[in-house]
Amino acid sequence: MYDTIIELKVRNHPGVMSQITGLFARKAFNLEGIVCRSEGDATQSRMVLLVYKNARMDQLIKQLAKLYDVLKVSVAQDMDGTRFKALFGNDQKDPCPMI
Amino acid sequence: MALNGAQLIVKLLERQGIDIIWGIPGGATLPLYDALCQSPIRHILTRHEQGAGFMAQGWARTTGRAAVCTATSGPGSTNLVTALADAHLDSIPLVAITGQVPTSLIGTDAFQEVDTYGLTIPVTKHNFLVQSPEDLLTVIPEAFRIAESGRPGPVVIDIPKDVQTRPAPLEKYPEPGTPEKQQFQDQEQLARMAEMINRAQRPLFYVGGGVIASNAAGLVHRTAEKSNIPVVSTLMGLGTMPHDHPLYLGMLGMHGTPFANRAMASADLIIALGIRFDDRATGKIEAFCRDAAIIHVDVDESEIDKLKNASLGICADAATVLEGLYPLVARAGRLSWHQYIDALKSKAPAWADYIDNPAHPAGIIRYIGSRAPENTVVATDVGQHQMWTAQAYPVRHPRSLLMSGGLGTMGFGMPAAMGAAFAAPESKVVCITGDGSFLMNIQELATLAEQHLNLTIFVMDNGHLGLVRQQQELFYANNIFASKFTRSPDFIAIAKGFGIRTWNGGINGENRDAIDQALEFKGPSLVHIPIDETTNVYPMVPPGACNLEMIQEKTPCTIQ
Repeated sequence: MYDTIIELKVRNHPGVMSQITGLFARKAFNLEGIVCRSEGDATQSRMVLLVYKNARMDQLIKQLAKLYDVLKVSVAQDMDGTRFKALFGNDQKDPCPMI
Repeated sequence: MALNGAQLIVKLLERQGIDIIWGIPGGATLPLYDALCQSPIRHILTRHEQGAGFMAQGWARTTGRAAVCTATSGPGSTNLVTALADAHLDSIPLVAITGQVPTSLIGTDAFQEVDTYGLTIPVTKHNFLVQSPEDLLTVIPEAFRIAESGRPGPVVIDIPKDVQTRPAPLEKYPEPGTPEKQQFQDQEQLARMAEMINRAQRPLFYVGGGVIASNAAGLVHRTAEKSNIPVVSTLMGLGTMPHDHPLYLGMLGMHGTPFANRAMASADLIIALGIRFDDRATGKIEAFCRDAAIIHVDVDESEIDKLKNASLGICADAATVLEGLYPLVARAGRLSWHQYIDALKSKAPAWADYIDNPAHPAGIIRYIGSRAPENTVVATDVGQHQMWTAQAYPVRHPRSLLMSGGLGTMGFGMPAAMGAAFAAPESKVVCITGDGSFLMNIQELATLAEQHLNLTIFVMDNGHLGLVRQQQELFYANNIFASKFTRSPDFIAIAKGFGIRTWNGGINGENRDAIDQALEFKGPSLVHIPIDETTNVYPMVPPGACNLEMIQEKTPCTIQ
């Protein structure tokens, strides 16, 4: 199984995660991983999504590109996932203490 | 004079050219309404927010421009959701302004708080939760630009109460939002499209809502006539061709004409314009137009190759493409293709009987259409009466037949017809509805009487949820369950109670004088027509089956 990494440039506001994840939910398409953080003056964010390759991928990319909050979409296919895992850093320990 | 957020909203709407809004006020929109009462914008008070949403839709479907409706927070906005979802599926431009609890209370389960933003993400083209009064300067023009650009759709602007009351800094007004201009100039694609058409032996135009939305109906006529290409329409494309145009084969799909479905299966080239290969139109998609090359023109790129791979996909609106295509298409006779289609037509006599039988609901609807003035706008609800109208009503112009196509919303008809009446006050508006659908927004009779619109409602009353009953009969061993009303209301008394002029159309519409008089009457009116309980819509392609598996009526309809 090869992984696909989708990188998005999005507008940064409280609802943007819902816009992106809502699209995946509506199309019954599983998201394997998400990393997101704001950039520059915090009006935009960079979002990196990990998904498994699927026949409906082209359709999904077109739908993502259509979203108003998505400013740019780029796709890297046939990755083995290490690039995505690297984004989490090497420290596997839970950084947040349990409440 | 300094404005507050609400006054700024109203000013920006005025600058957009909005002169009418449908809605119901509530706690979270009181500042907005206070600003509206000092504006020349006309506010129509509906009796349910869904009514407001569908009236705005009726206006937008008739004019092609974005219409505005409004609702308060909580139940007001949840009541709008159905009308938004309906507009989303049929690509209708709307701007819905909803009130929200004050910013400081968001997320606290405040009175009448609901997550309108979250609720409306999946049913809108885009939505905004406005954070500050200054954001209104960009959000409102942007909402109109989004609603009307490319593939149109609904946009929600959720505005907390404190954003409406706080002072809005204003140096200068922004430009009103306008639809983006089409950029398409790909001569190579047009040349390839023309070459495919000129080479094809059996081409067919397959037209949908995108043709209506881009005002391309005239271009379809001209191009079809120049190259003698027959035209098949989806439900949303009805009105593209006049019903009696010699090149027009009618609607395809589940309740389409037998010759439209057969011609589609025999074509060698399908020129699909502004359609989305909806399952009600295509039947089993794997079996749909298997032998044909497909040219798919759609303004929404994500529609191309979504369900059916196109031999040539062109991302642009139908009007832009046809304008460029017209000079490149060769004149052609296509005699053998037309002989073949004529033979298909002559094999479908039952089809004609059905509409020519004056006691059949389709015959009654054809009669209404034959008596209504040329510029009449017709809206239907959803169900058997809708399919009979799609089959039998003599539609003459684009935007003159309004139907809930994608969502199939019962309750759409009367408020949508009212929206059309506001948009075209000089025209007669007709609503053809069923007894099931009509009850779903019957409260708007109060608004109708109050506004004194020139609208005639025909209630085709079979005491059933007819299309459900039909499917139970055909596909569920005739287990008629939960689709028959054991007691029906007195629609004439109800309409009278609301102050609407009424007529009894007689059993199976035998009282033709009532129909004539109601159509001549200028004002809100209703004709009650009890129809046969068990008449079905034919032909019918079973859900999920190939379009060639059309169930025909076993014995020709004998109702008198």
